Amino acid sequence: MKTIQGIAHVYGDNVDTDRIIPGKYTKTLDVSHLAAHVLEDLDPDFRQQVQPGDVLVAGDNFGCGSSREQAPLALKAAGVSVVVAAYFARIFFRNAINIGLPVVEIGPHAITPGARLAVDLLAGQVVDESNGRIYPATRLPDVMVAILQAGGLVNYLRERGDYEQQ
Amino acid sequence: MTAQTVTEKIISQRAGIAVRAGEIAVVPVDGAMASDTTAPLAMRAFREMGGTRLKRPDQAFLVIDHAAPAPNERIANLHRLMRDFAAEMGCQLYDVGAGICHQLMVENGHVQPSHIFLGADSHTPTYGAVGALGIGMGSTDLAAAWLTGKTWLKVPETTKLVLNGRLQPHVSAKDIILFLVGQLGIAGATYQAVEFTGTAVTHLSLASRMTLANMVAEMGGKTAVVDTTGLDWPTPFTPIQADPDARYHAVREFDLSHLTPQIAVPHSPDNIVPVTAVAGQKIQLAFIGSCTNSRLEDWHAAAAVLAGQRIAPGVRLLIAPASKAVFDAALADGTVAALSAAGATFMTAGCGPCVGTHQGVPGDEEVVISTANRNFRGRMGNPNAHIYLTSPAIVAAAALTGEITNPAELEN
Repeated sequence: MKTIQGIAHVYGDNVDTDRIIPGKYTKTLDVSHLAAHVLEDLDPDFRQQVQPGDVLVAGDNFGCGSSREQAPLALKAAGVSVVVAAYFARIFFRNAINIGLPVVEIGPHAITPGARLAVDLLAGQVVDESNGRIYPATRLPDVMVAILQAGGLVNYLRERGDYEQQ
Repeated sequence: MTAQTVTEKIISQRAGIAVRAGEIAVVPVDGAMASDTTAPLAMRAFREMGGTRLKRPDQAFLVIDHAAPAPNERIANLHRLMRDFAAEMGCQLYDVGAGICHQLMVENGHVQPSHIFLGADSHTPTYGAVGALGIGMGSTDLAAAWLTGKTWLKVPETTKLVLNGRLQPHVSAKDIILFLVGQLGIAGATYQAVEFTGTAVTHLSLASRMTLANMVAEMGGKTAVVDTTGLDWPTPFTPIQADPDARYHAVREFDLSHLTPQIAVPHSPDNIVPVTAVAGQKIQLAFIGSCTNSRLEDWHAAAAVLAGQRIAPGVRLLIAPASKAVFDAALADGTVAALSAAGATFMTAGCGPCVGTHQGVPGDEEVVISTANRNFRGRMGNPNAHIYLTSPAIVAAAALTGEITNPAELEN
Protein backbone atom coordinates (compact mmCIF):
# COMPACT_ATOMS: atom_id res chain seq x y z
CA MET A 1 0.00 0.00 0.00
CA LYS A 2 1.43 3.28 -1.07
CA THR A 3 1.27 6.60 0.68
CA ILE A 4 -1.92 8.49 -0.18
CA GLN A 5 -1.64 12.22 -0.78
CA GLY A 6 -4.60 14.55 -1.00
CA ILE A 7 -6.29 17.74 0.02
CA ALA A 8 -8.25 17.77 3.29
CA HIS A 9 -11.98 18.44 3.54
CA VAL A 10 -12.56 18.95 7.27
CA TYR A 11 -15.75 18.33 9.27
CA GLY A 12 -16.53 18.12 13.00
CA ASP A 13 -17.61 15.52 15.54
CA ASN A 14 -20.40 12.92 15.33
CA VAL A 15 -20.97 13.03 11.57
CA ASP A 16 -23.70 10.37 11.41
CA THR A 17 -24.53 8.06 8.51
CA ASP A 18 -27.72 10.00 7.70
CA ARG A 19 -25.49 12.99 7.00
CA ILE A 20 -23.06 10.92 4.92
CA ILE A 21 -25.88 9.42 2.83
CA PRO A 22 -29.55 9.94 3.79
CA GLY A 23 -31.55 6.72 4.23
CA LYS A 24 -33.87 7.64 1.35
CA TYR A 25 -31.00 7.21 -1.15
CA THR A 26 -29.58 3.96 0.21
CA LYS A 27 -31.82 1.49 -1.60
CA THR A 28 -29.72 1.06 -4.71
CA LEU A 29 -26.89 -1.02 -6.12
CA ASP A 30 -25.65 1.91 -8.23
CA VAL A 31 -22.78 3.64 -6.43
CA SER A 32 -22.93 6.67 -8.74
CA HIS A 33 -26.41 7.29 -7.34
CA LEU A 34 -24.87 7.26 -3.85
CA ALA A 35 -22.04 9.60 -4.87
CA ALA A 36 -24.57 12.08 -6.25
CA HIS A 37 -26.02 12.58 -2.75
CA VAL A 38 -22.95 12.17 -0.54
CA LEU A 39 -22.87 14.54 2.48
CA GLU A 40 -25.91 16.27 0.97
CA ASP A 41 -27.38 17.56 4.23
CA LEU A 42 -24.01 18.36 5.85
CA ASP A 43 -22.26 20.21 3.04
CA PRO A 44 -24.24 20.53 -0.20
CA ASP A 45 -21.12 21.86 -2.01
CA PHE A 46 -18.93 18.86 -1.18
CA ARG A 47 -19.84 16.68 -4.13
CA GLN A 48 -19.01 19.51 -6.57
CA GLN A 49 -15.75 20.39 -4.82
CA VAL A 50 -14.30 16.95 -4.09
CA GLN A 51 -11.51 15.86 -6.42
CA PRO A 52 -10.41 12.26 -6.90
CA GLY A 53 -7.84 11.42 -4.22
CA ASP A 54 -9.03 14.00 -1.67
CA VAL A 55 -8.99 13.18 2.02
CA LEU A 56 -12.02 13.47 4.30
CA VAL A 57 -11.03 14.62 7.79
CA ALA A 58 -13.33 14.55 10.82
CA GLY A 59 -13.35 14.70 14.60
CA ASP A 60 -14.78 12.21 17.07
CA ASN A 61 -17.14 9.32 16.27
CA PHE A 62 -17.26 9.65 12.48
CA GLY A 63 -19.95 7.45 10.90
CA CYS A 64 -22.13 6.90 13.94
CA GLY A 65 -25.69 5.64 13.43
CA SER A 66 -26.79 3.13 10.84
CA SER A 67 -24.89 0.04 9.64
CA ARG A 68 -25.43 1.07 6.02
CA GLU A 69 -22.37 0.19 3.97
CA GLN A 70 -23.68 2.71 1.47
CA ALA A 71 -21.99 5.40 3.63
CA PRO A 72 -18.36 4.42 2.92
CA LEU A 73 -19.40 3.34 -0.62
CA ALA A 74 -20.78 6.84 -1.27
CA LEU A 75 -17.54 8.48 -0.09
CA LYS A 76 -15.39 6.10 -2.13
CA ALA A 77 -17.53 6.56 -5.24
CA ALA A 78 -17.27 10.34 -4.84
CA GLY A 79 -13.48 10.05 -5.06
CA VAL A 80 -12.45 10.18 -1.40
CA SER A 81 -9.19 8.21 -1.07
CA VAL A 82 -9.00 7.88 2.71
CA VAL A 83 -10.93 9.07 5.77
CA VAL A 84 -8.93 10.44 8.70
CA ALA A 85 -10.72 11.03 12.01
CA ALA A 86 -9.99 11.38 15.71
CA TYR A 87 -11.94 8.13 15.99
CA PHE A 88 -14.71 6.26 14.19
CA ALA A 89 -17.98 4.57 15.07
CA ARG A 90 -17.20 0.87 14.87
CA ILE A 91 -19.58 -0.38 12.17
CA PHE A 92 -18.52 2.39 9.80
CA PHE A 93 -14.86 1.61 10.52
CA ARG A 94 -15.31 -2.08 9.66
CA ASN A 95 -17.48 -1.37 6.63
CA ALA A 96 -14.94 1.07 5.17
CA ILE A 97 -12.09 -1.43 5.39
CA ASN A 98 -14.31 -4.20 4.06
CA ILE A 99 -15.09 -2.21 0.89
CA GLY A 100 -11.48 -1.07 0.47
CA LEU A 101 -11.78 2.53 1.70
CA PRO A 102 -8.85 3.14 4.07
CA VAL A 103 -9.69 4.75 7.42
CA VAL A 104 -7.14 6.14 9.85
CA GLU A 105 -7.65 7.06 13.51
CA ILE A 106 -5.31 9.76 14.82
CA GLY A 107 -6.99 11.15 17.95
CA PRO A 108 -7.39 14.91 18.48
CA HIS A 109 -5.84 16.94 15.64
CA ALA A 110 -5.59 20.46 14.24
CA ILE A 111 -5.91 19.72 10.51
CA THR A 112 -7.53 22.63 8.65
CA PRO A 113 -9.50 22.67 5.38
CA GLY A 114 -7.29 22.68 2.31
CA ALA A 115 -4.28 21.15 4.09
CA ARG A 116 -2.20 18.79 1.96
CA LEU A 117 -1.96 15.45 3.75
CA ALA A 118 0.24 12.41 3.22
CA VAL A 119 -1.30 9.27 4.73
CA ASP A 120 1.02 6.29 5.14
CA LEU A 121 -1.24 3.33 5.89
CA LEU A 122 1.49 0.81 6.65
CA ALA A 123 3.66 3.06 8.80
CA GLY A 124 0.42 4.26 10.40
CA GLN A 125 0.85 8.00 10.25
CA VAL A 126 -0.64 11.15 8.77
CA VAL A 127 1.68 14.02 7.83
CA ASP A 128 0.17 17.47 7.47
CA GLU A 129 2.49 18.80 4.76
CA SER A 130 1.17 22.33 5.18
CA ASN A 131 2.89 22.61 8.56
CA GLY A 132 4.95 19.45 8.96
CA ARG A 133 2.94 18.04 11.87
CA ILE A 134 2.97 14.27 12.17
CA TYR A 135 0.01 12.37 13.65
CA PRO A 136 0.65 8.72 14.56
CA ALA A 137 -2.30 6.44 13.79
CA THR A 138 -3.89 3.68 15.87
CA ARG A 139 -2.58 0.26 14.81
CA LEU A 140 -5.06 -2.02 13.04
CA PRO A 141 -5.50 -5.67 14.06
CA ASP A 142 -3.63 -8.04 11.71
CA VAL A 143 -6.88 -9.34 10.20
CA MET A 144 -7.87 -5.80 9.19
CA VAL A 145 -4.44 -5.14 7.68
CA ALA A 146 -4.82 -8.32 5.64
CA ILE A 147 -8.31 -7.28 4.47
CA LEU A 148 -7.09 -3.80 3.56
CA GLN A 149 -4.08 -5.22 1.71
CA ALA A 150 -6.39 -7.50 -0.27
CA GLY A 151 -8.41 -4.44 -1.28
CA GLY A 152 -11.40 -5.39 0.85
CA LEU A 153 -13.19 -8.37 2.37
CA VAL A 154 -14.59 -9.59 -0.97
CA ASN A 155 -11.07 -10.03 -2.39
CA TYR A 156 -9.78 -11.42 0.91
CA LEU A 157 -12.37 -14.20 0.92
CA ARG A 158 -12.26 -14.79 -2.83
CA GLU A 159 -8.53 -15.49 -2.43
CA ARG A 160 -8.68 -17.49 0.80
CA GLY A 161 -12.20 -18.94 0.89
CA ASP A 162 -12.30 -18.59 4.68
CA TYR A 163 -11.01 -16.54 7.60
CA GLU A 164 -7.56 -17.43 8.88
CA GLN A 165 -7.71 -18.63 12.49
CA GLN A 166 -6.32 -16.02 14.86
CA MET B 1 -9.08 -19.37 34.25
CA THR B 2 -9.42 -15.63 34.62
CA ALA B 3 -12.70 -14.03 35.58
CA GLN B 4 -14.89 -13.04 32.64
CA THR B 5 -17.76 -10.76 31.71
CA VAL B 6 -20.88 -12.25 30.12
CA THR B 7 -19.67 -11.09 26.72
CA GLU B 8 -16.24 -12.69 27.18
CA LYS B 9 -17.90 -15.93 28.28
CA ILE B 10 -20.21 -16.13 25.26
CA ILE B 11 -17.40 -15.39 22.79
CA SER B 12 -15.08 -17.87 24.53
CA GLN B 13 -17.79 -20.55 24.41
CA ARG B 14 -18.30 -20.08 20.68
CA ALA B 15 -14.58 -19.62 19.83
CA GLY B 16 -13.63 -22.74 21.77
CA ILE B 17 -10.82 -20.91 23.59
CA ALA B 18 -10.80 -18.52 26.53
CA VAL B 19 -10.63 -14.94 25.29
CA ARG B 20 -10.63 -11.59 27.01
CA ALA B 21 -11.28 -8.01 25.98
CA GLY B 22 -8.97 -6.71 23.28
CA GLU B 23 -8.23 -10.10 21.70
CA ILE B 24 -9.28 -11.05 18.18
CA ALA B 25 -11.39 -14.18 17.76
CA VAL B 26 -12.87 -16.00 14.78
CA VAL B 27 -16.20 -17.43 15.86
CA PRO B 28 -19.00 -19.46 14.28
CA VAL B 29 -22.20 -17.43 14.15
CA ASP B 30 -25.67 -18.67 15.09
CA GLY B 31 -27.54 -16.40 12.71
CA ALA B 32 -26.97 -13.81 10.00
CA MET B 33 -29.83 -11.49 9.08
CA ALA B 34 -30.09 -8.71 6.48
CA SER B 35 -32.87 -6.28 5.59
CA ASP B 36 -33.90 -4.70 2.30
CA THR B 37 -31.46 -1.84 2.99
CA THR B 38 -28.49 -4.14 3.42
CA ALA B 39 -29.32 -7.50 1.78
CA PRO B 40 -28.95 -6.45 -1.88
CA LEU B 41 -25.35 -5.30 -1.30
CA ALA B 42 -24.68 -8.40 0.79
CA MET B 43 -26.02 -10.67 -1.95
CA ARG B 44 -23.77 -8.97 -4.49
CA ALA B 45 -20.73 -9.22 -2.19
CA PHE B 46 -21.53 -12.90 -1.58
CA ARG B 47 -21.49 -13.62 -5.33
CA GLU B 48 -18.30 -11.58 -5.80
CA MET B 49 -16.65 -13.65 -3.07
CA GLY B 50 -17.36 -16.67 -5.25
CA GLY B 51 -20.26 -17.81 -3.11
CA THR B 52 -22.69 -20.27 -4.68
CA ARG B 53 -24.31 -21.73 -1.55
CA LEU B 54 -24.80 -20.51 1.99
CA LYS B 55 -22.73 -22.29 4.63
CA ARG B 56 -25.81 -22.49 6.87
CA PRO B 57 -29.03 -21.68 4.99
CA ASP B 58 -30.96 -22.53 8.17
CA GLN B 59 -29.20 -19.64 9.94
CA ALA B 60 -29.63 -16.99 7.21
CA PHE B 61 -32.60 -14.64 7.22
CA LEU B 62 -33.77 -11.95 4.81
CA VAL B 63 -36.38 -9.42 5.90
CA ILE B 64 -38.21 -6.89 3.73
CA ASP B 65 -39.06 -4.21 6.31
CA HIS B 66 -37.25 -0.92 5.65
CA ALA B 67 -39.24 0.08 2.54
CA ALA B 68 -42.22 -2.23 2.64
CA PRO B 69 -44.38 -2.28 0.59
CA ALA B 70 -42.09 -0.96 -2.14
CA PRO B 71 -42.58 2.78 -2.80
CA ASN B 72 -41.14 2.68 -6.36
CA GLU B 73 -39.95 0.33 -9.09
CA ARG B 74 -36.26 0.56 -8.11
CA ILE B 75 -36.94 -0.74 -4.62
CA ALA B 76 -39.54 -3.22 -5.91
CA ASN B 77 -36.78 -4.74 -8.03
CA LEU B 78 -34.40 -4.96 -5.06
CA HIS B 79 -37.16 -6.84 -3.21
CA ARG B 80 -37.46 -9.19 -6.19
CA LEU B 81 -33.72 -9.87 -6.03
CA MET B 82 -34.12 -10.81 -2.35
CA ARG B 83 -36.99 -13.20 -3.09
CA ASP B 84 -35.02 -14.84 -5.89
CA PHE B 85 -31.92 -15.15 -3.71
CA ALA B 86 -33.86 -16.73 -0.83
CA ALA B 87 -35.50 -19.22 -3.18
CA GLU B 88 -32.19 -20.14 -4.80
CA MET B 89 -30.27 -20.44 -1.53
CA GLY B 90 -33.03 -22.08 0.47
CA CYS B 91 -33.00 -19.55 3.30
CA GLN B 92 -35.96 -17.95 5.02
CA LEU B 93 -37.39 -14.69 3.71
CA TYR B 94 -39.85 -12.58 5.64
CA ASP B 95 -41.75 -10.65 3.02
CA VAL B 96 -43.68 -7.35 3.11
CA GLY B 97 -45.91 -7.06 6.16
CA ALA B 98 -44.31 -9.73 8.37
CA GLY B 99 -42.65 -7.13 10.54
CA ILE B 100 -39.39 -5.55 11.63
CA CYS B 101 -36.30 -7.73 11.33
CA HIS B 102 -35.29 -7.63 15.01
CA GLN B 103 -38.80 -8.32 16.23
CA LEU B 104 -39.05 -11.32 13.88
CA MET B 105 -35.71 -12.80 14.96
CA VAL B 106 -36.83 -12.75 18.63
CA GLU B 107 -40.52 -13.51 18.15
CA ASN B 108 -39.80 -16.61 16.04
CA GLY B 109 -37.01 -17.86 18.28
CA HIS B 110 -34.29 -17.61 15.62
CA VAL B 111 -32.13 -15.92 18.25
CA GLN B 112 -31.65 -17.78 21.53
CA PRO B 113 -29.82 -17.01 24.78
CA SER B 114 -25.99 -17.05 24.45
CA HIS B 115 -26.10 -16.98 20.64
CA ILE B 116 -23.75 -14.82 18.61
CA PHE B 117 -26.12 -13.38 16.04
CA LEU B 118 -25.13 -10.96 13.28
CA GLY B 119 -27.49 -8.45 11.76
CA ALA B 120 -26.77 -6.12 8.89
CA ASP B 121 -28.56 -3.43 10.85
CA SER B 122 -27.23 -1.22 13.62
CA HIS B 123 -30.03 -2.09 16.07
CA THR B 124 -28.97 -5.75 16.26
CA PRO B 125 -27.87 -5.27 19.92
CA THR B 126 -31.63 -5.67 20.60
CA TYR B 127 -30.96 -9.44 20.97
CA GLY B 128 -29.22 -8.70 24.26
CA ALA B 129 -32.78 -8.79 25.61
CA VAL B 130 -32.61 -12.60 25.50
CA GLY B 131 -29.00 -12.81 26.68
CA ALA B 132 -27.58 -13.17 23.17
CA LEU B 133 -24.79 -11.14 21.60
CA GLY B 134 -26.45 -9.30 18.73
CA ILE B 135 -23.82 -7.52 16.69
CA GLY B 136 -24.58 -5.03 13.92
CA MET B 137 -22.40 -5.19 10.85
CA GLY B 138 -22.47 -4.05 7.25
CA SER B 139 -23.42 -5.94 4.11
CA THR B 140 -19.99 -7.34 3.25
CA ASP B 141 -19.38 -8.73 6.76
CA LEU B 142 -22.81 -10.34 6.55
CA ALA B 143 -22.00 -11.86 3.16
CA ALA B 144 -18.80 -13.27 4.66
CA ALA B 145 -20.85 -14.93 7.43
CA TRP B 146 -23.18 -16.45 4.84
CA LEU B 147 -20.13 -17.80 2.97
CA THR B 148 -18.06 -19.08 5.89
CA GLY B 149 -20.55 -19.48 8.75
CA LYS B 150 -18.14 -17.35 10.80
CA THR B 151 -17.04 -13.84 11.57
CA TRP B 152 -14.04 -12.21 13.21
CA LEU B 153 -14.50 -10.12 16.31
CA LYS B 154 -12.45 -7.95 18.58
CA VAL B 155 -13.61 -9.04 22.03
CA PRO B 156 -15.11 -5.83 23.44
CA GLU B 157 -14.56 -4.32 26.84
CA THR B 158 -17.74 -4.08 28.87
CA THR B 159 -19.51 -1.20 30.55
CA LYS B 160 -21.79 -2.54 33.25
CA LEU B 161 -24.90 -0.55 34.12
CA VAL B 162 -26.51 -1.46 37.42
CA LEU B 163 -30.07 -0.15 37.50
CA ASN B 164 -32.00 -0.28 40.75
CA GLY B 165 -35.23 1.14 42.12
CA ARG B 166 -38.92 0.87 41.40
CA LEU B 167 -40.15 2.90 38.42
CA GLN B 168 -42.80 5.60 38.83
CA PRO B 169 -46.12 5.31 36.92
CA HIS B 170 -45.77 6.41 33.25
CA VAL B 171 -42.05 5.66 33.35
CA SER B 172 -41.03 2.85 30.99
CA ALA B 173 -37.97 1.09 29.59
CA LYS B 174 -37.81 3.81 26.94
CA ASP B 175 -37.36 6.47 29.61
CA ILE B 176 -34.60 4.38 31.19
CA ILE B 177 -32.66 3.96 27.98
CA LEU B 178 -33.13 7.58 26.88
CA PHE B 179 -31.85 8.68 30.29
CA LEU B 180 -28.82 6.37 29.95
CA VAL B 181 -28.04 7.50 26.38
CA GLY B 182 -28.09 11.04 27.75
CA GLN B 183 -25.78 10.07 30.61
CA LEU B 184 -23.27 8.12 28.51
CA GLY B 185 -23.52 10.17 25.30
CA ILE B 186 -23.72 9.19 21.65
CA ALA B 187 -20.21 7.67 21.74
CA GLY B 188 -20.22 6.66 25.40
CA ALA B 189 -20.01 2.93 24.71
CA THR B 190 -18.12 2.94 21.40
CA TYR B 191 -16.55 -0.48 20.69
CA GLN B 192 -18.00 -1.79 23.98
CA ALA B 193 -20.50 -4.31 25.21
CA VAL B 194 -23.08 -2.87 27.59
CA GLU B 195 -24.34 -5.22 30.30
CA PHE B 196 -27.55 -4.30 32.13
CA THR B 197 -28.34 -5.66 35.54
CA GLY B 198 -30.08 -4.63 38.77
CA THR B 199 -33.55 -4.90 40.23
CA ALA B 200 -35.02 -2.35 37.80
CA VAL B 201 -33.94 -4.66 34.95
CA THR B 202 -34.79 -8.12 36.26
CA HIS B 203 -38.43 -7.06 36.66
CA LEU B 204 -38.79 -6.02 33.02
CA SER B 205 -40.82 -7.85 30.38
CA LEU B 206 -39.13 -9.27 27.27
CA ALA B 207 -40.53 -6.37 25.21
CA SER B 208 -39.10 -3.82 27.65
CA ARG B 209 -35.73 -5.57 27.65
CA MET B 210 -35.73 -5.27 23.85
CA THR B 211 -36.35 -1.51 24.14
CA LEU B 212 -33.48 -1.23 26.60
CA ALA B 213 -30.93 -3.22 24.57
CA ASN B 214 -32.04 -1.66 21.26
CA MET B 215 -30.73 1.83 21.96
CA VAL B 216 -27.26 0.69 23.01
CA ALA B 217 -26.70 1.47 19.32
CA GLU B 218 -27.24 5.15 20.23
CA MET B 219 -24.30 4.95 22.67
CA GLY B 220 -22.05 3.50 19.95
CA GLY B 221 -22.11 0.06 21.62
CA LYS B 222 -21.07 -3.09 19.80
CA THR B 223 -23.51 -5.30 21.64
CA ALA B 224 -25.74 -5.42 24.70
CA VAL B 225 -26.50 -8.08 27.27
CA VAL B 226 -29.44 -7.85 29.62
CA ASP B 227 -29.25 -9.99 32.77
CA THR B 228 -31.49 -12.99 32.00
CA THR B 229 -32.69 -13.21 35.62
CA GLY B 230 -36.47 -12.97 35.45
CA LEU B 231 -36.57 -13.32 31.64
CA ASP B 232 -39.82 -14.75 30.35
CA TRP B 233 -38.51 -17.07 27.59
CA PRO B 234 -40.46 -20.04 26.21
CA THR B 235 -37.60 -22.56 26.08
CA PRO B 236 -35.23 -23.65 28.85
CA PHE B 237 -31.70 -22.25 28.69
CA THR B 238 -28.55 -22.11 30.79
CA PRO B 239 -28.11 -18.56 32.07
CA ILE B 240 -24.65 -17.03 31.73
CA GLN B 241 -23.62 -14.71 34.56
CA ALA B 242 -20.50 -12.59 34.84
CA ASP B 243 -17.85 -13.74 37.30
CA PRO B 244 -17.89 -11.58 40.43
CA ASP B 245 -14.36 -10.29 39.78
CA ALA B 246 -14.74 -9.80 36.02
CA ARG B 247 -12.97 -6.74 34.66
CA TYR B 248 -15.07 -3.87 33.35
CA HIS B 249 -14.21 -0.73 31.44
CA ALA B 250 -16.66 0.99 33.78
CA VAL B 251 -19.39 0.11 36.26
CA ARG B 252 -22.10 2.71 36.80
CA GLU B 253 -25.01 2.46 39.19
CA PHE B 254 -28.27 4.39 38.90
CA ASP B 255 -31.25 4.56 41.24
CA LEU B 256 -34.24 4.95 38.91
CA SER B 257 -36.94 5.33 41.55
CA HIS B 258 -37.21 9.07 40.90
CA LEU B 259 -36.75 8.92 37.11
CA THR B 260 -39.35 11.00 35.24
CA PRO B 261 -40.42 10.62 31.56
CA GLN B 262 -37.52 11.52 29.26
CA ILE B 263 -37.33 12.89 25.71
CA ALA B 264 -34.58 13.37 23.10
CA VAL B 265 -34.77 16.80 21.47
CA PRO B 266 -33.43 17.62 17.95
CA HIS B 267 -31.03 16.65 16.43
CA SER B 268 -29.29 13.88 18.37
CA PRO B 269 -30.56 10.94 20.45
CA ASP B 270 -28.28 11.96 23.33
CA ASN B 271 -29.87 15.42 23.68
CA ILE B 272 -32.00 14.18 26.58
CA VAL B 273 -34.19 16.33 28.84
CA PRO B 274 -37.13 15.54 31.11
CA VAL B 275 -40.43 15.79 29.20
CA THR B 276 -41.48 18.67 31.45
CA ALA B 277 -38.62 20.79 30.04
CA VAL B 278 -40.25 20.86 26.58
CA ALA B 279 -43.92 20.64 27.60
CA GLY B 280 -46.06 22.89 25.42
CA GLN B 281 -44.04 22.31 22.24
CA LYS B 282 -46.59 21.95 19.41
CA ILE B 283 -46.39 18.80 17.26
CA GLN B 284 -47.89 17.88 13.87
CA LEU B 285 -46.87 14.23 13.41
CA ALA B 286 -46.94 11.53 16.08
CA PHE B 287 -45.40 8.14 15.28
CA ILE B 288 -45.66 4.93 17.29
CA GLY B 289 -43.41 2.34 15.72
CA SER B 290 -39.86 1.06 15.12
CA CYS B 291 -37.79 -1.78 16.55
CA THR B 292 -37.52 0.26 19.76
CA ASN B 293 -41.18 0.57 20.70
CA SER B 294 -44.05 -0.97 18.79
CA ARG B 295 -44.90 -4.13 20.67
CA LEU B 296 -48.16 -4.98 22.39
CA GLU B 297 -47.20 -3.40 25.73
CA ASP B 298 -46.29 -0.17 23.90
CA TRP B 299 -49.69 -0.10 22.21
CA HIS B 300 -51.37 -0.77 25.53
CA ALA B 301 -49.55 2.24 27.02
CA ALA B 302 -50.74 4.41 24.13
CA ALA B 303 -54.30 3.08 24.33
CA ALA B 304 -54.41 3.76 28.08
CA VAL B 305 -53.89 7.45 27.25
CA LEU B 306 -56.08 7.63 24.13
CA ALA B 307 -58.99 5.24 24.69
CA GLY B 308 -62.37 6.96 24.53
CA GLN B 309 -60.79 10.24 23.38
CA ARG B 310 -59.84 11.83 20.07
CA ILE B 311 -56.46 13.12 18.88
CA ALA B 312 -56.11 16.90 18.48
CA PRO B 313 -57.16 18.55 15.19
CA GLY B 314 -54.14 19.01 12.90
CA VAL B 315 -52.25 16.03 14.33
CA ARG B 316 -51.50 12.86 12.31
CA LEU B 317 -51.00 9.77 14.46
CA LEU B 318 -49.29 6.96 12.53
CA ILE B 319 -48.81 3.52 14.01
CA ALA B 320 -46.66 0.79 12.44
CA PRO B 321 -46.65 -2.56 14.27
CA ALA B 322 -43.34 -4.26 15.03
CA SER B 323 -44.84 -7.39 13.49
CA LYS B 324 -48.04 -8.81 12.13
CA ALA B 325 -48.25 -10.91 15.30
CA VAL B 326 -48.30 -7.69 17.36
CA PHE B 327 -51.07 -6.29 15.17
CA ASP B 328 -53.13 -9.49 15.38
CA ALA B 329 -52.81 -9.62 19.17
CA ALA B 330 -53.84 -5.97 19.43
CA LEU B 331 -56.74 -6.64 17.08
CA ALA B 332 -57.90 -9.55 19.22
CA ASP B 333 -57.77 -7.66 22.54
CA GLY B 334 -59.52 -4.50 21.32
CA THR B 335 -56.45 -2.22 21.32
CA VAL B 336 -56.62 -1.62 17.57
CA ALA B 337 -60.27 -0.59 17.81
CA ALA B 338 -59.52 1.80 20.69
CA LEU B 339 -56.59 3.45 18.89
CA SER B 340 -58.44 3.61 15.58
CA ALA B 341 -61.44 5.25 17.24
CA ALA B 342 -59.06 7.82 18.73
CA GLY B 343 -57.92 8.74 15.23
CA ALA B 344 -54.82 6.59 14.64
CA THR B 345 -53.80 5.51 11.14
CA PHE B 346 -52.32 2.00 10.95
CA MET B 347 -49.46 1.20 8.60
CA THR B 348 -47.76 -1.95 7.33
CA ALA B 349 -45.82 -3.89 9.95
CA GLY B 350 -42.22 -2.83 9.43
CA CYS B 351 -39.93 0.15 9.94
CA GLY B 352 -42.50 2.66 8.68
CA PRO B 353 -41.35 6.29 8.56
CA CYS B 354 -38.43 5.78 10.99
CA VAL B 355 -35.83 5.52 8.21
CA GLY B 356 -37.20 8.27 5.95
CA THR B 357 -37.52 6.04 2.92
CA HIS B 358 -41.27 6.02 2.50
CA GLN B 359 -44.52 6.73 4.30
CA GLY B 360 -44.95 9.62 6.73
CA VAL B 361 -42.12 11.93 5.67
CA PRO B 362 -42.57 15.20 7.61
CA GLY B 363 -42.79 18.61 5.91
CA ASP B 364 -40.40 21.53 6.38
CA GLU B 365 -40.40 22.89 9.95
CA GLU B 366 -42.88 20.25 11.06
CA VAL B 367 -42.38 18.79 14.50
CA VAL B 368 -42.48 15.02 14.94
CA ILE B 369 -42.84 13.13 18.21
CA SER B 370 -41.81 9.52 17.79
CA THR B 371 -41.14 6.30 19.69
CA ALA B 372 -38.19 5.50 17.39
CA ASN B 373 -34.48 5.62 18.15
CA ARG B 374 -32.83 8.29 16.02
CA ASN B 375 -33.56 11.97 15.45
CA PHE B 376 -30.56 12.93 13.35
CA ARG B 377 -31.27 15.75 10.91
CA GLY B 378 -32.88 14.22 7.84
CA ARG B 379 -33.50 10.86 9.52
CA MET B 380 -37.19 10.77 8.55
CA GLY B 381 -36.52 11.99 5.03
CA ASN B 382 -36.56 15.77 5.52
CA PRO B 383 -33.56 17.69 6.94
CA ASN B 384 -35.86 20.64 7.74
CA ALA B 385 -38.08 18.70 10.18
CA HIS B 386 -37.58 18.42 13.95
CA ILE B 387 -37.82 15.03 15.64
CA TYR B 388 -38.40 14.32 19.34
CA LEU B 389 -37.97 10.75 20.66
CA THR B 390 -39.88 9.48 23.66
CA SER B 391 -42.06 6.68 25.06
CA PRO B 392 -45.37 5.47 23.59
CA ALA B 393 -47.36 7.03 26.48
CA ILE B 394 -45.81 10.46 25.89
CA VAL B 395 -46.34 10.21 22.11
CA ALA B 396 -49.99 9.32 22.72
CA ALA B 397 -50.38 12.23 25.15
CA ALA B 398 -48.91 14.64 22.58
CA ALA B 399 -51.23 13.31 19.88
CA LEU B 400 -54.17 13.92 22.20
CA THR B 401 -53.32 17.52 23.11
CA GLY B 402 -51.34 18.58 20.02
CA GLU B 403 -48.35 19.47 22.14
CA ILE B 404 -45.72 17.72 24.24
CA THR B 405 -47.50 16.76 27.45
CA ASN B 406 -46.67 14.66 30.48
CA PRO B 407 -49.39 11.99 30.71
CA ALA B 408 -49.54 12.55 34.48
CA GLU B 409 -51.05 15.96 33.68
CA LEU B 410 -53.89 14.33 31.72
CA GLU B 411 -55.12 12.64 34.87
CA ASN B 412 -55.83 15.95 36.62
